[in-house]
Amino acid sequence: MTDNSQDWPLYEIFIRARSGLDHKHVGSLHATDARMAIEHARDLYTRRQEGVSIWAVRSSDIVASDPADADTLFEPARDKVYRHPTFYDIPDEVKTL
Amino acid sequence: MRRDSGVDLYTQGLDSLGKDCLRDEAEESGTFEQRFQTRVDAEEKIEPKDWMPEAYRRTLIRQISQHAHSEIVGMLPEGNWITRAPSLLRKTILIAKVQDEGGHGAYLYSATETLGVSRDELIGQLLEGKAKYSSIFNYPTPTWADVGAIGWLVDGAAIMNQVPLCRCSYGPYARAMVRICKEESFHQRQGYEIMMRLSRGTTAQKDMAQQALNRWWWPSLMMFGPSDAESKHSAQSMRWKIKRFSNDELRQKFVDYTVPQAEFLGLTIPDPDLRRDEAAQHYRFGTIDWNEFEQVLKGHGPCNRERLEARRRAHDEGRWVRDAAIAHAAKQAARKNSRAA
Repeated sequence: MTDNSQDWPLYEIFIRARSGLDHKHVGSLHATDARMAIEHARDLYTRRQEGVSIWAVRSSDIVASDPADADTLFEPARDKVYRHPTFYDIPDEVKTL
Repeated sequence: MRRDSGVDLYTQGLDSLGKDCLRDEAEESGTFEQRFQTRVDAEEKIEPKDWMPEAYRRTLIRQISQHAHSEIVGMLPEGNWITRAPSLLRKTILIAKVQDEGGHGAYLYSATETLGVSRDELIGQLLEGKAKYSSIFNYPTPTWADVGAIGWLVDGAAIMNQVPLCRCSYGPYARAMVRICKEESFHQRQGYEIMMRLSRGTTAQKDMAQQALNRWWWPSLMMFGPSDAESKHSAQSMRWKIKRFSNDELRQKFVDYTVPQAEFLGLTIPDPDLRRDEAAQHYRFGTIDWNEFEQVLKGHGPCNRERLEARRRAHDEGRWVRDAAIAHAAKQAARKNSRAA
């Protein structure tokens, strides 16, 4: 069925607000190809100078972690407080450390 | 009396959601549900892949898609004036505003899609007349002043409802609303400025502004949906932190903000019962004609048929463009493949 944007893949759009900053996810859109994705992203997400660069990534190409795995993936870091500088007690008289 | 067909601004409201959006008691019992509610209570955002109750998902799909449809249909009453805007500047402003509305629809369809429903299905529902959209867009825009009144009142009412939605518990909806709210302020201010210009103009111009206010005032108040007493989904939506304030609270706030703005314009709010309640620090207003609201919702408003026909026509007339885009992409892909081979 050609009258159906279901045939139009979903792209995730990332915008760099200005040089020096990371590209940030802003949303998604449907487009028939990469070029249309960029053109639509420009119309949709940068109408007020919100960006200087656009990345468009096919949503189906994104590999994501499962929220159900969040505990196993991210929990172990919690008891590793020694990874943070504040874990170490250094006397005040020691400067610039 | 229970109202099944309320409209809560662009979102059409939880009142217009079906029975399946009420909570399912069986579903409640699980620990998943408790953990979900604990997260919501702690103001944590729920993201697309997180576990959520089915009724929460269904409520969001209806609310966000109705909101999206409202943005898309909302392009029509104003689009009506693009070719006849009184100056080149006004024309460019109006084009930008209508383009924003289309953009808002696109952000919201995107947010709905994160809940596992396709955009085509949603648009199909709109074109078939099965989906609801805000009652306000079924009113006509006979004069240029209506464009001003829409920006001032309709977008003003929308902002009142949408600002709290920026804190909605569902992440993608909240993020879309942040983007939308940033843009709505321009819409409201340009509308008020049109009204200002007209009310400071000739007698005929001021009269035109007054007539537009007369036309849009009551429908704007109806945008907030049925009164709290008759709003059956509100409590659940509040618990889920989809909704933050009741219909009546938001309506009152809108009236309190808007009456002084009308006074500044030297225009009269078309409500003989409107009066200032100094003790309560509120403006008290007359009774809303809920019968009119019901009629418009049921499809018997002044422009319901015209709006849907315009949407269908645009969809049909754009078919060849969509087909061409797909054919072009296929050809390019084939060419790339043959070169690679």
